[in-house]
Amino acid sequence: MTVSLTPDPSPACGRGEIRESLARLSWSVSTLAHTFALMKTIFLEFEQPLAELEGKIEALRLAPDDSAVDVSDEITGLEKKGQIKIREIYARLSAWQVSQVARHAQRPYTLDYLRLIFTDFEELHGDRTFADDHAIVGGLARFHGEPVMVIGHQKGRDTKDKIFRNFGMPRPEGYRKALRLMRLAEKFGIPVLTFIDTPGAYPGIDAEERGQSEAIGRNLYVMAELKVPIIVTIIGEGGSGGALAIGVGDVVQMLQYATYSVISPEGCASILWKSADKASDAAEIMGITAPRLKSLGLIDRIVSEPLGGAHRDPQVMAQNLGKALQQALRKLTSMPTDELLKARLDRLLAYGRFKEQALR
Amino acid sequence: MSWLSKALPPKIKRNDSGVARRSSLPEGLWSKCVACEAVLYATDLANNCHVCPRCGHHKRLDARARIDLLLDVEGRREIGAEVLPVDSLAFKDSRAYPERLQDATATTGETDALVVMRGAIASVPVVLAVFEFDFMGGSMGSVLGERFAWGVLAAVEHDVPFVCVTASGGARMQEGLFSLMQMAKTTAVLTRLSQVGLPFISILTDPTMGGVSASFAFIGDVVIAEPGALIGFAGPRVIEQTVRETLPDGFQRSEFLLDKGAIDMIVDRREMKHRVAGLLALLQKRPALQ
Repeated sequence: MTVSLTPDPSPACGRGEIRESLARLSWSVSTLAHTFALMKTIFLEFEQPLAELEGKIEALRLAPDDSAVDVSDEITGLEKKGQIKIREIYARLSAWQVSQVARHAQRPYTLDYLRLIFTDFEELHGDRTFADDHAIVGGLARFHGEPVMVIGHQKGRDTKDKIFRNFGMPRPEGYRKALRLMRLAEKFGIPVLTFIDTPGAYPGIDAEERGQSEAIGRNLYVMAELKVPIIVTIIGEGGSGGALAIGVGDVVQMLQYATYSVISPEGCASILWKSADKASDAAEIMGITAPRLKSLGLIDRIVSEPLGGAHRDPQVMAQNLGKALQQALRKLTSMPTDELLKARLDRLLAYGRFKEQALR
Repeated sequence: MSWLSKALPPKIKRNDSGVARRSSLPEGLWSKCVACEAVLYATDLANNCHVCPRCGHHKRLDARARIDLLLDVEGRREIGAEVLPVDSLAFKDSRAYPERLQDATATTGETDALVVMRGAIASVPVVLAVFEFDFMGGSMGSVLGERFAWGVLAAVEHDVPFVCVTASGGARMQEGLFSLMQMAKTTAVLTRLSQVGLPFISILTDPTMGGVSASFAFIGDVVIAEPGALIGFAGPRVIEQTVRETLPDGFQRSEFLLDKGAIDMIVDRREMKHRVAGLLALLQKRPALQ
């Protein structure tokens, strides 16, 4: 793949072209960042002990070479200590801390997985009605040689890119693009793989004007009856209806430190506790982590992340995810369509916890 | 704050906020229209389908009153009343979920936020589902989803159309992700209705927001709204905080939605029964109503 790092600055180029080159730029930046680990790991608040160790190691590395003492043993020691510490920290993450990992600025996004797991990606743009929403990307690709339709939320890395991607918050045209691509996949009998990573659907005036509700509802309806297998993976933040709108499928899996919730912990806290400071309590009680949701029977599978989260080793993460996708796909593609659809509907109708009591 | 309002004595300022004025009338016999402030005799209001005779404001209705307005008296049969809520997450914020449920039952007389009933609208047989907004803001949880599904499946079984009247703030947070999944469930079960060619009419009333709006509510074969209803995905306050500008007048109201092409029509509550029956007769190729 050839990428240019600077967008064409020629004044003659139109807005569309600038956007295009911006998209390419963001693609290349995240590619480089992950492939060559140019970016230093950003430590989260609860990872401070790790940051301190890292600081010490860095200081030793930079120490002048001429001293008689060999620092390499010391560095190895500190690195070991770091491994133990990180294991300790990640063994007892609170739900709120998990949501920080899920939103980590260096977490791999849909386009990263597209590069790491798939080949021959052909991005398909636009909803054919209004615009191309950059908060949802999608297109045809090959997975172990077989064609698939990949659709996912896309967040940005730097400020410019984040704005370009609208922080991963789709507008109706994003959902309508996703719908168009799903129908296209159905027409040609191609399985659909979706990747969820959004704070939620965009709460803006324009989004309401163009029917955000209808767009989401329509997707739920169509995904319930789409005649090809759908595999859903929550790779980061599964934010409410904006997530579910590409989240109805035959297999629903979550990365280990992804979250999935009906409302953000902050949102829940500000409504029920009248204070966003209670977000960590809200996160705990709502049950937003993969293990909790698995135990409640709301997801099928947890895909393990590398120690310390997907952003610490995107390659390993991609391998794990690739394996999980392959297994799910193998199971689903062998099912006859009517059986597949019946199983999907049964599964959807089984959601919920209630009791039945004979009427007096 | 302008210099004028600063200069006013505190007592007058309090009245300006409109909060202190509210319950100045005794409950029961008289009520005041929240829109035009006309003082109305309760019986007159009830006889007018709880629509203000002066300004046409549609007052919020409880589920049973709505059913009385829409369904014929004969042949009513409630569906799914035996489905009852459980506290599967042991959810407690400032109050425990079971306590909130108890309170809601005490104030509304309902066991959850949806009442489903088989019957007939002006002699056209249907299954009708109606939201109870006063039950925890008409929020959608597991019971609501299950009753909705039973209702749709009953419609399929009896070969009759399905009609739903929404009034909801959205998903029920106290049920966590279970409530989100009710969006998928309620929408998915409607595929069964379509497969057998039965109509679904969705009637949106004040307010229809969040997860209810963004699931089955807009999937109706015909989508109707009552005048002046607040309908949308994100709440106005959330939007204001996000875009940091004042929302235009009438934003997310029925008339705005009609203008934007989001709904088929706005129907006055006093005509709702016959308009819905007429639409169903048209869709099902039945003879015109008398």
